[in-house]
Amino acid sequence: MEPFKKTTGIVAPLDRLNVDTDSIVPARFLKRIEMEGWGETLFFDWRFLPDGRPNPEFVLNTPGYKDASILVVGRNFGSGSSREHAVWALKQYGFRAIIAPSLADIFHKNCFENGFVPVFLPEERIRELMRKAKEGPGCVLTVDLERCEVWDEEGFRSTFVVHHDPETHEFRRLTLLNGLDEIALTLQQGEKIGDFESKRPGWLTRAGSEK
Amino acid sequence: MFEKIWDAHVVHREEGKPSLLYVDLHLVHEVTSAQAFEGLRLAGRSVRRPDLTIATVDHNVPTTDRGLPIRDEMSRKQIEALKSNCEEFGIQLYGMESDRQGIVHVIGPELGYTRPGLVIVCGDSHTSTHGAFGAFAMPVGTSQVEHVLATQCLVQAKLKTMEVLVEGALPAGVTAKDIILGIIGRIGVDGAVGHVIEFAGEAIRALSMEGRMTVCNMSIEAGARVGMIAPDETTFEYVRGRPYAPKDEDWDAAVEAWRGLRTDPGAAFDKSVVIDAAELEPYVTWGTNPGMVVPVTGRVPDPASFSSPADRAAAEQALVYMDLKPGTLIQDIRPDRVFIGSCTNARIEDLRAAAEIVRGRKTHEDVRAMVVPGSTRVKLQAEQEGLDKIFSEAGFEWREAGCSMCLGMNPDILAPGERCASTSNRNFEGRQGKGGRTHLVSPQMAAAAAIAGRFVDIREWEVA
Repeated sequence: MEPFKKTTGIVAPLDRLNVDTDSIVPARFLKRIEMEGWGETLFFDWRFLPDGRPNPEFVLNTPGYKDASILVVGRNFGSGSSREHAVWALKQYGFRAIIAPSLADIFHKNCFENGFVPVFLPEERIRELMRKAKEGPGCVLTVDLERCEVWDEEGFRSTFVVHHDPETHEFRRLTLLNGLDEIALTLQQGEKIGDFESKRPGWLTRAGSEK
Repeated sequence: MFEKIWDAHVVHREEGKPSLLYVDLHLVHEVTSAQAFEGLRLAGRSVRRPDLTIATVDHNVPTTDRGLPIRDEMSRKQIEALKSNCEEFGIQLYGMESDRQGIVHVIGPELGYTRPGLVIVCGDSHTSTHGAFGAFAMPVGTSQVEHVLATQCLVQAKLKTMEVLVEGALPAGVTAKDIILGIIGRIGVDGAVGHVIEFAGEAIRALSMEGRMTVCNMSIEAGARVGMIAPDETTFEYVRGRPYAPKDEDWDAAVEAWRGLRTDPGAAFDKSVVIDAAELEPYVTWGTNPGMVVPVTGRVPDPASFSSPADRAAAEQALVYMDLKPGTLIQDIRPDRVFIGSCTNARIEDLRAAAEIVRGRKTHEDVRAMVVPGSTRVKLQAEQEGLDKIFSEAGFEWREAGCSMCLGMNPDILAPGERCASTSNRNFEGRQGKGGRTHLVSPQMAAAAAIAGRFVDIREWEVA
């Protein structure tokens, strides 16, 4: 996983509540078995009209927001289906971080797995940022994961967390900063996993094999 | 209960880090696994415990004649990819031709893989279904699917707990689906984010295992990744004798251990909600998430009645998408399609309940209705009971098992603008097909809507 330290970019506002992962990547695209090519599916049914033309009403089709790399959203973004394709699509489209008052749990975890930084700010700071971003594509923000701060050149500044639980926040902040491979870390515990397996009761280990 | 299962599965714990939890059962399906297997291959890793991993095809499979090749090339490729991945890594696959094929959350329990006290994961958000057995069953993304394949473990910080007590007896005509829709309507679609829900109380205890699965299934629709119900005699009776359940002396040892999973009296929860079952009614969703729900006797709400501007805007957007006007009586809404299916409501009891409503009647001339059993075993059982005839004679299409129109990955989709009464779990924009409009209901309510051509209060339905 690619390490993340800091990013500076245009903020695009998506002022909706409970945006679900079906809206982020519609299910019909999930048949693809490749790891790449997800950016084009992002918000597909909002980005495009039924005849295939870009929907001029949708924020990412407004000139200037096209190159945004930070998305600010409403409460409970990423709800519904567990599809990690939602994070792949946001990332491959060009977003590096998402700023939200809250995220749905599975989506939140999937962000960490992909080096995509979730930035939790209090509701009133989100509203302020949403207002600034909606004024036009001129809102340029820096997300600094080492300092856990976001700021712009016009005096907006706030600290943030990547998780509301302080212990998890610190752990995830470090894994994001270092781009650690979680599977490799767990494989280092191979001996402990083996010990655990050897101590499981017989009835449990035998169940699952049809007799 | 959650704490007991958690503690029994911690492989490793370091201060300041999430725990490493052992996974007893990993369920795999075609949609969220291909990239995980590819990741293993790229890193030169193997599957640690193929014997604790089972796979099936459900999301993509056609529900029409299984003898024919799959016409959608991408679906076919994805299904073939799972087959070759299972062969390569030595995983048991219940494929399209198997009489054990079905929706992953239906076959796990019916084959006896799902049991109390287990840690179960699956790359699907409705994994919470298995929590009905008193298992800790958690949905994961594709990266974690890969992680579990490689290590048989999950890296997870402990979740907060939320108790949902449904007290008293459920009124007639009110089902497990209405319990969970009523709960989501009350606490909202993010009401349980960060929490494990433990459902308890008299109304929950009185449910069959299938009803309990319906309740736990939609925990994620309230924001909780995990929903659980403590195991009891109902649970043990369901599991007993299933193909992969413990047998003989193992069975006795298992039941003794499972009895220890009861929630201790006075156990502390981070949050608590109490619901009076007597106040629950048959529900119908009106909007574009499962929290946008009212009783069947109600009306489509006026966005102006919502206090926060954000909620008001969300309601306005939902009404535009759903093409509904504030104040419309729910019973004046006329569906074009009816879908009885999904991991929420396509088990044998669901089909029996719907068939009871349909028996001896005809679907409304403006409605196209479809039944998609949750698994091939459910389908065969229903056919043995003659339910397929009841549905077919009434004008319903009787299909092969799969996820089907719950999420529209196979050819079963709504046309733009079509309105559907659905027993599934999500009424999101485009969920059942681009531009489709979904109203979530119980199987009985869906069946009645198919006959009447509009939503009706099932409590006033006269069985023929």
